[in-house]
Amino acid sequence: MKAAQPALRFGSVPTGERPYVAVFIGLPSIAILYMAPAVCMAENLGAPLNYFLHSFGPAARPTMHLGWVLAGISAAVCFIIAFLLIGALRRKRPASDPRAIGSESGGLQWIYIGTGISTCVLAALVVYSLMVLNAVAKPPEAPAVTLTVTGYDWWWKVEYEHADPAKRFVVANELHIPVGQPVLIKLKSADVIHGFWVPTLAGKTQMIPGLMNQKWIQADVPGTYTGQCAQYCGAAHAHMGFEVIAEDAHDFHRWQDAQREPASVASMPENDLGYKLFMDRCAGCHAIRGTEARGTHAPDLTHLKSRQRLAGGLLTNTPDHLMKWILHAQQLKPGSRMPSIDLSETESSTLAEFLSRLD
Amino acid sequence: MASADITQHPTDEGLVRLPEIGRAPVGSEIEAKLAETWESAPGWRGWLSTVDHKAIGLRYIVTSFLFLIIGGVEALLIRIQLAQPDQTLLTPEQYNQLFTMHGVTMIFLYSLPILSGFSNYLWPLLLGSRDMAFPRLNAFSYWIFLFAGIFMYVSFPLGQAPNGGWFNYVPFSGPMYNTGPNIDVFALGMVLLGISTSVGSANFVVTLFRMRAPGMTINRVPILVWGTLTASVANLLVVPSVSLAFLLLWLDRQIGTSFFDVANGGKPLLWQHLFWIFGHPWVYAVVLPAMGIVSDALPTFCRRPLVGYTAMALATMATMLIGMEVWIHHMFATGLPPVALSIFGAASMAITIPSSVAVFAWIATIWLGRPVFKTPFLFFAGFVMLFVIGGLSGVMTAAVPLDWQLNETYFIVAHLHYVLIGINVFPVVGGIYYWFPKFTGRMMDEKLGKWSFWVMFIGFNMGFFPMHWAGLLGMPRRIYTYSSRMGWDGVNMITSIGSFLFAIGVLIFLINVVISLKRGARASANPWDAATLEWATSSPPPAYNFAVIPTVASRHPLWEDRLGEGRGRSNFTEGLLLTEGREAIGTSPIDAKPLAILKMPDDTYTPFFLGLFISLLFVGLLLHWWLFTAAAAIAGSLSLVLWLWPSKTLAQRATPQGDTHG
Repeated sequence: MKAAQPALRFGSVPTGERPYVAVFIGLPSIAILYMAPAVCMAENLGAPLNYFLHSFGPAARPTMHLGWVLAGISAAVCFIIAFLLIGALRRKRPASDPRAIGSESGGLQWIYIGTGISTCVLAALVVYSLMVLNAVAKPPEAPAVTLTVTGYDWWWKVEYEHADPAKRFVVANELHIPVGQPVLIKLKSADVIHGFWVPTLAGKTQMIPGLMNQKWIQADVPGTYTGQCAQYCGAAHAHMGFEVIAEDAHDFHRWQDAQREPASVASMPENDLGYKLFMDRCAGCHAIRGTEARGTHAPDLTHLKSRQRLAGGLLTNTPDHLMKWILHAQQLKPGSRMPSIDLSETESSTLAEFLSRLD
Repeated sequence: MASADITQHPTDEGLVRLPEIGRAPVGSEIEAKLAETWESAPGWRGWLSTVDHKAIGLRYIVTSFLFLIIGGVEALLIRIQLAQPDQTLLTPEQYNQLFTMHGVTMIFLYSLPILSGFSNYLWPLLLGSRDMAFPRLNAFSYWIFLFAGIFMYVSFPLGQAPNGGWFNYVPFSGPMYNTGPNIDVFALGMVLLGISTSVGSANFVVTLFRMRAPGMTINRVPILVWGTLTASVANLLVVPSVSLAFLLLWLDRQIGTSFFDVANGGKPLLWQHLFWIFGHPWVYAVVLPAMGIVSDALPTFCRRPLVGYTAMALATMATMLIGMEVWIHHMFATGLPPVALSIFGAASMAITIPSSVAVFAWIATIWLGRPVFKTPFLFFAGFVMLFVIGGLSGVMTAAVPLDWQLNETYFIVAHLHYVLIGINVFPVVGGIYYWFPKFTGRMMDEKLGKWSFWVMFIGFNMGFFPMHWAGLLGMPRRIYTYSSRMGWDGVNMITSIGSFLFAIGVLIFLINVVISLKRGARASANPWDAATLEWATSSPPPAYNFAVIPTVASRHPLWEDRLGEGRGRSNFTEGLLLTEGREAIGTSPIDAKPLAILKMPDDTYTPFFLGLFISLLFVGLLLHWWLFTAAAAIAGSLSLVLWLWPSKTLAQRATPQGDTHG
């Protein structure tokens, strides 16, 4: 049997297929235009990690502007290329012999001009991005507060430094910082690599065991800024969040002073049922300053009630959520180091009563 | 001309012989003799022993496409899980294994092997040769790839698949935090796969420099060859880095060394360097040959040669040269000093320059040509747009401070899928549509073809473009679920729908393959009226590729009469006849002047058995069956001895003078 030569149509674009071509430009441009509604949609829901539209401090703002410039240029280049491509596909060609083959020479000016322009734009972008790098790499002034954040599977230990050891204190999953001042953060890890990231305040930095990285953040507006582990670290990586709370100097100092206080439960009688229950079941991992609970594998609970969220950002800190967390930690945050604690109803309410005093 | 050159450079006294020059028309006695010499035995014997590059190439393509399908199903499960917030379809552990295996499968078991498949099949045809330089090594490379792929999946059914991400950072993947067999399977599997990649790469490099048809000077080889050559040289340089990294990790885990163990002076950051010194060039290794596919096949449908051949060849190599110096852009957030980051950031941006050479060359080729809207062309033209989008998001991530935000978010997921699907899968599927008639002798269906393209193209953009927004909205990678309060619900739903649409597109393509295999129209030798040598032989080609070794006079041998290039004509009907057993012609590296008759090996089981025993050795290491390991090592060594045993047909044993035809 003679091989069937498929019918090839050379020459100008077959008219029947032109609508397809339009999609080439249609899709990318629709896609880019899509961005606006999508971002707005997220805006309504309030995407707390949206660093593309929001930045609240000098460590993030220049980067956000860089993002806008780069996204803008990228969108423009997409349009230009799509336009050229459509033009190349659709432009009318004079009729000619269908078996003709175009000459190999020619067309090089496309490469010269296209690559020439791209190179110039690129050179400018390199300079601009290095300027931004320089601007955000170091704080403009000496940091007002220095603290150490240590990543654990899957929570954050936050240590506030002070020249006077008595004034140092530890909290978990929540950083308080003074508004308008740079804060230096030393980053460590207790186990695997984690990533410290508060998108609206600064970019991310890995927390690597055996190394101490540093970064700085600054919030110019009081508020709560959500942070998230940005380096895959295992089972509960998705639920390893934290909060940064920026307050004016007065509130910040008041908060610090309150955190330095030992727990109010420290003065409780040792035979208190709730106290005993905590010491039996929780103190192996958790610490409460001023008591004999000195566990270091899990968040310090001295002033638990002062925190906004529980379980690495998973739940808001209400008494109900707290007990739900204690009883069902493994369902809420599978793989977490926190076991689901088996408590009877009485034990549960006793413990709840005890924990409610950790203000 | 050719025979005179050979006598001037006798390479081995025993081989001095003037090859005959003549014709071998269809149905001639010479053809019959060649067929008898080169064809593999029928049935399973031939299947296990063949060293034919075409069979091996197709196996690579089919096997890696199966891995693509497996990786794709994993991706769909991931997308169901992420379609809505707070889903519980998958546990975190299942999710972590799925995304790890998705990455491992797509990056290691699909994206390079499929290109090796194309190159294995096409190189000797493109270069006018009869096989690769080392046919047995070629077979060995495939078997190891297949066994390594199976090896990496052995623990999957037990629910203990690799779970540390394809990048597998320590100490998470170290003995302290990952106690199961998950990571050992990955580590040993990677070392095993590295053997396949290395020998395959060496084969390509030698083939290019020694196995081209007379007259195919270095400036006449197709761009696909440049792409695969560049990728292969890079692989030879960087695969040792990743093999070493995984070996050290395995030693840490099983022997108690502490290369990465902080408590004993190890350095977790060392892993990241070793991994990305390999990892970034690898990204170019899995796109440059695919870009070559487009550069070679697009001109066929534009009815003119590629614009800027030399610029494209140089851009290919420049991309890799710069690509070797950018690994740190995967590590911008590790706390390295800003000066170092600036240098690596600037280098990463500079890659855009050779990339823009390529983009403008493709667009100019279309612009100055007369496009024929066949299915492969749609894939190649669509690829240009995806290449640009993937490239631009790459520029954004190369800006160090912006990368501190974008890194580890879905923006990167979007970027890498535009790169890997846009620049690898689209050219690959287009390439299958293009070369299917050469592979099988049948055309693929055009109507289904167009459907598959549009569904894939729309599905892909719908699925992966919104990932950019998810990233800008702060969605981190590798989270198994998310809360509604994060504002990522909408984009994830769109992404999931798009992914399924894309999968339907791939399904239409597969259906087309199955239908066309059975009922496709018969293809002539050159159904697309293309310019390159593979179309000079029948579809599918005979086992010996070319009855007469072609003599090449230009870059576009099949278009010469119409291009009106003044320098001589390529000749496919009359040329070197090499019929004394399996023979090919060895030519000089730059000018492709014939230098020697190369004796090529017959089909043999040794590559299969060597591959099998080496793989069993790794199984032994995995299971701590030390005696078994030793037995496999001995069996492997014996296979190697058998392989290397001097043979008469390869002229490795002295043949009395006069035995050869002089």
